[in-house]
Amino acid sequence: MRQLMTGNEAMAEGAIRAGCRAYFGYPITPQNEILEYMAAHLPQAGGAFVQAESEVAAINMCYGASAAGVRTMTSSSSPGISLKLEGISYLAGADLPCVIVNVMRGGPGLGNIAPAQGDYFQATKGGGHGDYRLIVLAPSTVQESAELVGLAFDLSDRYRVPAMILADGMLGQMMEPVALPPHRDPATLPPKPWALTGAKGREPNYIASFALDPKDLRELNLRRHERYREIADREVRWEEVETGDAEVLLVAYGTMGRIAKTVVRRARGEGLRVGLLRPITLWPFPYEPIRALAERVRAVLTVELSAGQMWEDVRLAVEGRCPTPFYGEMGGVVPTPDEVLQEVKRLA
Amino acid sequence: MPETETMTKVFARPRSLTEKRFTYCPGCHHGLITRILGSTIDKLGIQERTVVVAPVGCAVFAYEWFRCDGIQAAHGRAAAVATGLKRANPELVVLSYQGDGDLAAIGTAETVHAANRGEAITVIFVNNQIYGMTGGQMAPTTLDGQPTTSSPQGRDPATMGHPLRVAEMIAALEAPMYVTRQSLYDAKHITQATKAVEKALRYQVERRGYSLVEIVANCPTGWKMPPVKANEHIAATVTGVFPLGDLVDRG
Amino acid sequence: MERSIVFAGFGGQGVLLAGKILARAAMNEGLEVTWLPSYGPEMRGGTANCTVVIADEPVGSPIVDRPDVLLAMNGPSLDRFEPRVTPGGTVVVNRSLIERPLRRTDVRGVLLRANDLARELGEPRVANMVALGAVVRALEVVPLEAVQEAMAEELGAKGRERLVAVNRAALERGHGAPAAGMR
Repeated sequence: MRQLMTGNEAMAEGAIRAGCRAYFGYPITPQNEILEYMAAHLPQAGGAFVQAESEVAAINMCYGASAAGVRTMTSSSSPGISLKLEGISYLAGADLPCVIVNVMRGGPGLGNIAPAQGDYFQATKGGGHGDYRLIVLAPSTVQESAELVGLAFDLSDRYRVPAMILADGMLGQMMEPVALPPHRDPATLPPKPWALTGAKGREPNYIASFALDPKDLRELNLRRHERYREIADREVRWEEVETGDAEVLLVAYGTMGRIAKTVVRRARGEGLRVGLLRPITLWPFPYEPIRALAERVRAVLTVELSAGQMWEDVRLAVEGRCPTPFYGEMGGVVPTPDEVLQEVKRLA
Repeated sequence: MPETETMTKVFARPRSLTEKRFTYCPGCHHGLITRILGSTIDKLGIQERTVVVAPVGCAVFAYEWFRCDGIQAAHGRAAAVATGLKRANPELVVLSYQGDGDLAAIGTAETVHAANRGEAITVIFVNNQIYGMTGGQMAPTTLDGQPTTSSPQGRDPATMGHPLRVAEMIAALEAPMYVTRQSLYDAKHITQATKAVEKALRYQVERRGYSLVEIVANCPTGWKMPPVKANEHIAATVTGVFPLGDLVDRG
Repeated sequence: MERSIVFAGFGGQGVLLAGKILARAAMNEGLEVTWLPSYGPEMRGGTANCTVVIADEPVGSPIVDRPDVLLAMNGPSLDRFEPRVTPGGTVVVNRSLIERPLRRTDVRGVLLRANDLARELGEPRVANMVALGAVVRALEVVPLEAVQEAMAEELGAKGRERLVAVNRAALERGHGAPAAGMR
């Protein structure tokens, strides 16, 4: 049976169903419903909920709870994610799984609370210090919000790499019918022999991102980057809409990705051969599928709620095979399908 | 040396400590505190369920010295990391080991709020009035007039504030079960501090709640004093600013 | 089939709830639907609006250039959204609070005194349901009974039977209100 839920609620419920048993957060709009949903429902599921004194504290609580071997999540919105970056770097450096939800809003600085996609660089290119990657998943519907949180936990555990859900205020606040994924019993999840459960009948486990000797730290980094390569080889996910005979290819993700679907439908209605590639994983990015399509289309138009952050990855994928125009809005302004369609018509 | 009938072992490395050598300077109290913790963990029989949270500071390696599970926290965040561990698995005995820069400057918010929530953790706070690891800069606990590398003319309270009394600050909260300030400058105080550490850990084992043991410690290197003189300085001067004794015992 | 509706009014007039009930009804009818609110400071005392898109295939954009139906519960909402209604679309105007006639000549006007009708039902707070009844009539996508059921689900807690009953009556009243006074 489908339920009518906001994206924020669906991410929270999706997390609980995926076996999340520790959540730490701090209020910030437009993601408060995640915190509130967890406060109401996680303790009933036997999980730990703490409203932390700051985003900094919340991400470090995640670091502790994840080290204890429990599926752990925090959520915030852009300015709060900036505060979490130190902790995210430590999670990455200590090879700890964790799911971090960013319901993006307008920035930089305090910005506003309207939907935006200005944190793409921060999510996919680091943000915190050091050579690390996050697995970054970008849902575009409430249904996908519930499902990708579960996938984020699975991938994060499997590769011991923190995963981020990159959503935005529109997706967080809007409601859609959602068929929720089944409940998973944390006891049935794969064991974590590295977790801090007490050194009983085994040597102590230590969790740290610290290696004073440069050779040791290089080795840790190299091994981590082997995992990153494996992720890039195996975990790229994307959706294509009407790309078969497309002459103009749109690339858009998240909220902008679903608006672009309407653009494709309207363009097709007017006889224009327009298609869409919607990245679902922003890291690893679908370079190869875009490259393949760039061989066949006249132009690849990137549409984003930013000044052109994902655009850089699209251009890296296309590598000059065709023109790569850009259409973006900032500050929380969301273009309507017709506004994007005008841009498409100029290219078609 | 093998034991014989004529020799009895009266002193040994606590079982809860590893063979790894400490990286502390000669005469520093950190090593003594580590030893006290190791023997207390042995005494309470909690080695198999203890997790040591190490800070950034001179004790950054602390997680490797205990034969217990261990984790290295970001600077100032040990209390939040300890909160996460304990909330995720309440069966663990969680020990947060922190210095004064870590706990009382960059980590003040995490320190106060973990205490205020009454997290069932044990915090060992090593107050040596200086940033040792980074080379002897001014700490929040540095005494009025005390010269450091970042207060070369001495701490001037007019622009740098006065030493922060953490135990008093935490004792003002309602949730903590046990808040005490101890020192190690002579045998008597070592014995008292050992008892305080034991009580703080026992309260956690008994699920009573939060404890903080502030230990007024030395830093011979940072203070540029021989160890004996450093201990005399604690007795004569430092304990005047940071009075010793229990502030709260709700056990 | 894809139909879009903008519900707009003062904060507190219940336009977000009206939209949510319609969205729930559409879901229960097996349709795809999105409900997108204005959120944040706008929620607190200022203007409020939400957009509902109902379709028989997955909804693309939840934001709408040209709504098929506008419900304007107050003057500022009519001023703001009237120019955007799709030609041939419908504007449901709350005559209790809006004096001016429609400016557009290429849309259908449904004028009803939602607040007055609610008062006649003995519950001034159900003006939003009266208006929703008229929206449902104009939309012709979900049956009134489905909307009444969705309303009961949305509001229905034990001990709220009276509230549900009066809301049910309000929906019916708005749905049956003569489309007279058009324009």
